[in-house]
Amino acid sequence: MADLVQVRGLSVTACDDAGATAAIVKDVSFSVAKGEVLALIGESGSGKTTIALALMGYVRSGCRIAGGEVVVDGVDLAQLPEDRRLALRGCKIAYIAQSAAAAFNPSKTIMDQVVEPALIHRLMGRADAEAKAVELFQALGLPAPERIGRRYPHQVSGGQLQRLMAAMALITDPALVILDEPTTALDVTTQIEVLRVFKKVVRERGATAVYVSHDLAVVAQMADQIVVLNRGEVREAGRTDQILHAPADPYTQTLMAAARPAPRVQAAPAPAAAAPLLEIRGLSAGYGRRDAAGRPASLVLADIDLRIERGATLGVIGESGSGKSTLARVVAGLLAPAAGEVLFDGQPLPPGLAGRSAEQFRRIQIVFQNADTALNPAHRVSRILGRPLELYHGLKGAARERRIAELLDLIRLPAALAGRRAGELSGGQKQRINLARALAADPDLILCDEVTSALDTVVAAAILDLLAELRRELGVSFMFISHDISTVRSICDDVAVLYAGRLVEAGARAAFAAPPFHPYTHLLVSSVPEMRRGWLEAAAVAQPPPRVGPLAEGAALCSFLARCPVRIDGLCNVQPPTRRIGAGHEDLCHRSTEDLRRLQQAAGRSAAP
Amino acid sequence: MSATLVLILRRLGSAAVTLLLVSMVVFAISSLLPGDAASETLGQSATPEAVAALRAQLGLNEPAHLRYLHWLAGLVTGDPGRSMANNLPVREIIAGRLPKSLLLAGLTAAVAVPVALAIGIFSAMYRGSRLDRALNVMTLSMVAAPEFLVATVAVLVFAVKLRWLPSLTLAPEHPTLGELLRAYALPVMTLCFVIIAQMARMTRAAVIDQLTQPYVEMAALKGVRPARVALIHALPNAIGPIVNAVALSLSYLLGGAIIVETIFNYPGIASLMVDAVTSRDMPLLQACAMIFCTAYLLLVLVADVCAILANPRLRHP
Amino acid sequence: MTEAPLSSLGDIQARPPRAGGPRLPQLSLSGWIGLALVVFWTLVAVFGPFLAPYRVGAIVADDVFEPFSARHLLGSDYLGRDVLSRMLSGARYTVGLALAAALLASSTGAALALFAVVSGRWIDELVSRLMDAMISIPSKIFALVMVAAFGSSIPLLLLIAAVTYVPGAYRIARSLAVGLNQMEYVQVARARGEGRLYIATAEILPNMINPMLADFGLRFVFVVLLLSGMSFLGLGVQPPHADLGSLVRENTSGLGDGALAILAPAVAIATLTIGVNLLIDSLPRRRRRSGGEA
Repeated sequence: MADLVQVRGLSVTACDDAGATAAIVKDVSFSVAKGEVLALIGESGSGKTTIALALMGYVRSGCRIAGGEVVVDGVDLAQLPEDRRLALRGCKIAYIAQSAAAAFNPSKTIMDQVVEPALIHRLMGRADAEAKAVELFQALGLPAPERIGRRYPHQVSGGQLQRLMAAMALITDPALVILDEPTTALDVTTQIEVLRVFKKVVRERGATAVYVSHDLAVVAQMADQIVVLNRGEVREAGRTDQILHAPADPYTQTLMAAARPAPRVQAAPAPAAAAPLLEIRGLSAGYGRRDAAGRPASLVLADIDLRIERGATLGVIGESGSGKSTLARVVAGLLAPAAGEVLFDGQPLPPGLAGRSAEQFRRIQIVFQNADTALNPAHRVSRILGRPLELYHGLKGAARERRIAELLDLIRLPAALAGRRAGELSGGQKQRINLARALAADPDLILCDEVTSALDTVVAAAILDLLAELRRELGVSFMFISHDISTVRSICDDVAVLYAGRLVEAGARAAFAAPPFHPYTHLLVSSVPEMRRGWLEAAAVAQPPPRVGPLAEGAALCSFLARCPVRIDGLCNVQPPTRRIGAGHEDLCHRSTEDLRRLQQAAGRSAAP
Repeated sequence: MSATLVLILRRLGSAAVTLLLVSMVVFAISSLLPGDAASETLGQSATPEAVAALRAQLGLNEPAHLRYLHWLAGLVTGDPGRSMANNLPVREIIAGRLPKSLLLAGLTAAVAVPVALAIGIFSAMYRGSRLDRALNVMTLSMVAAPEFLVATVAVLVFAVKLRWLPSLTLAPEHPTLGELLRAYALPVMTLCFVIIAQMARMTRAAVIDQLTQPYVEMAALKGVRPARVALIHALPNAIGPIVNAVALSLSYLLGGAIIVETIFNYPGIASLMVDAVTSRDMPLLQACAMIFCTAYLLLVLVADVCAILANPRLRHP
Repeated sequence: MTEAPLSSLGDIQARPPRAGGPRLPQLSLSGWIGLALVVFWTLVAVFGPFLAPYRVGAIVADDVFEPFSARHLLGSDYLGRDVLSRMLSGARYTVGLALAAALLASSTGAALALFAVVSGRWIDELVSRLMDAMISIPSKIFALVMVAAFGSSIPLLLLIAAVTYVPGAYRIARSLAVGLNQMEYVQVARARGEGRLYIATAEILPNMINPMLADFGLRFVFVVLLLSGMSFLGLGVQPPHADLGSLVRENTSGLGDGALAILAPAVAIATLTIGVNLLIDSLPRRRRRSGGEA
């Protein structure tokens, strides 16, 4: 088949404020046959988005196509005058952006925006365009396809917006669709649904697609061919199977290795007879004005019981909005709980910051997700690390300098970095300093809130290795908060699963290796893409939840009820969930262990390769 | 819609509270006057008895909070007292001047707002271009130039050298449109000079803020032309800050016109206030100050309500 | 975001550190013009009176409103005094008063804002309400009321100008401080057990200084315009002192003749304020959204 897209020797340069130019894409060539899906894969700074945009003849301000050809359907977009490029964009070549929430205009209805490409390119009349949009909404599995177009972007969910953007792209029946990290901003359980409809729609319409992603496992589901990029250059290109199973380039091999989380856990420390390091009992917390009963206006966490043994690592997982970060904030004292108590080393912790002793402050440290905002840009590394040393240990002068050097060594950074400011460090370096600041206190417990989520895969893997090492060397306990179950499984001794502010399952890591799971955990586990082709097709299609009768009023029902595929009428909708406690493993469900195991093993068999 | 309504009502309430606070500040400052109004009015040769009598007549023997309440009640019922300088009701004096100020402000707004919006949107669309940079330096200088320089140069050029326009704004009793335009040309030009620059800069910033949003890039990637991107996509989202900029600039037209009114000898309310300061005519001064503050609060209130109404999240909850 | 992710320690490779030593700021042409004007007026304010060819109050010219001549570079004023000499001394009042008032306004505004932000909701609400009320009194109106009440002396003008612009400085400083207060490094400092004073001065303040400096420049311009406007109305600096605004006022009778005595001081004020504005505008600003990879 003829190649629809041919990119030859593409170079793009960027010009910074000082007027210096740098090549961000260097001599990139690839081609895509009609009807095929090609993936551009790389980490941040690899130039993948720049290349994707160049396929539309578009560069961001300050950038310039410095050389090469971008031929789409026989036309070189690099040479085309701007008005003819405009005529192709959104018509023959369509784009699906990463964050649909930001890519939709907040003040226009969805329908106005979806039909806009068809109208401005004068492909059809308004009525026809709307009819076609509704048809696409249906094909993309959107609820209420007739009516959803009348809504505004903020009125629909992120997963729906992402599909609506696909409708906007497909309304002109483009020859080429560019998908730029279209599922990266979504929760993993939403991602699988969106991937599935994207794949279906692209195939049904025979469109050629370029799929941009940093996630090899996602790409494995979508692409026929893969181009691996690093710092604006092509490292390796080939068929998907070849790249996945026999990567030739060392960089690709590193990427593959980092994407498969290796277990980093040592034998769990023998549970000491003494009280656990941290014990949370009946904890509820939230934000906003409190009512007479002390319940905040929006309750984020309800009735949480958890414990962390000395030297152990507890992983807390959940999707965005599940309340996992709030949990860390409560333990750190940044948010006073509405109910319940937190015991640290057997002693109750004062609810807020006020009243905590210096020793309590020292022993609990928090490390935030985004090292860019977690390090004060006005301070040098020596001050960032020196302040806790001074505050907690009274270190001054040479002793302080010595300890700073030790800390830098501990996190495998050169001592010379002490004089730098945060803005002069790379992302991985910042996150290491962020960790070192917590270590400077000699804490007993470190709360890690999504510390690897903002990092590239390879850098994140290095940080996880470092954490595992620190555990081994220092015996610190961690509460490791993440949305990624595979990361949590690779580093934690115990796992807790939060859903909508409730703890739905908790237990030792081993309990999360095989069914039975809580139905939500099962959904989470089975939604993580595996790095093999055909996983998406084989993965169990989420069944619509079975019908249940009216919900009982007043009863505190199961938080997962609305989405649970194995709910039972007459039980789940009327009774508060029961708590079963096995050996070190508990969950919150009405279904029996046997039922869950049977159902989940059946699903697992059908998904097996 | 109810959430919007609650927001608007809350905004109205807070404007009322602010106005009350403002009235306290104005009253407090102006009654801290060293020496008091009675001896001031009667001069140094007055007998202590005469001063005491006038003090009683003016109510100066009452405690401050009662005087404040009387004054406030007077303001609310439209009777802010009598002028000390010429013993006329303040209300009458102001009634003679206010329409003139409003006319000047209205004419200026009618010219300035469309021009400023056009410049602002245009330079935002072509940001970074030579023209935009030239406009930037120009508006920047216009904002910083003192009004008396602008007015002086305008008089020198158009009235003294070219003799096209009168240097004093004395419109005849029932002017024709031509006479009106000629009479008002110089003060309107001077006022426009400053507020066009202000509004254009704020409009430009508001539109650029929207043009750097991801949805604008998305529109460009749909093949939407730049003019349509700016006008149909970005502009509706910039309405809030733009209306705010317009309100702030217009509020300047009342109080800020002081120098222009003085130079062109225009009988507006701002020059009335300057006279009140010179003659230490406190009732008149207080009333003028309250008019300016109320006008400012009203304009900002209207702008905020527009912003609330333009916000799709509030309009379509 | 230049990572070198080839080894497991790949993220350790450093970015090049910034070149050490003092560097010239990167300014546009208009920025350089602004800087030159600012430096010029600073020098004039400091050394002006020593450079004046004549005594400030002396009547030295043969005629009033003389035009440019070698003896009187900027002509003579309505009494026949040397305009250049009067301007050289007037500039000191204009620049000095405005500098002091703007400094007072900005530092008070910033201090209040920091105090309000770290002190919790109630105090924040109270201070903000009060400032909102103050800001709804247009600056000139406030100044007029103050002058009417207290008369017009130089310390009072300084105070009036400062008080007038505190609410504006407060508003800017507070919005900066509120944003910074949400930053994770401030949260970390709280969770570390730091006190409010440390958080305000060590964590928040250093990151406010640059934008506050720009705001300070704007306040300076506002104060210059306000005070010269007041002087122009005869309500500002009183004789025998005279700032540049007073010089314009004194000589209004020369307007019909197009005298230098009225234009020169007015143009002087404009070059000062425009210079500051141009300089501030060309200072590097933090980028909202950097290009490249999303």
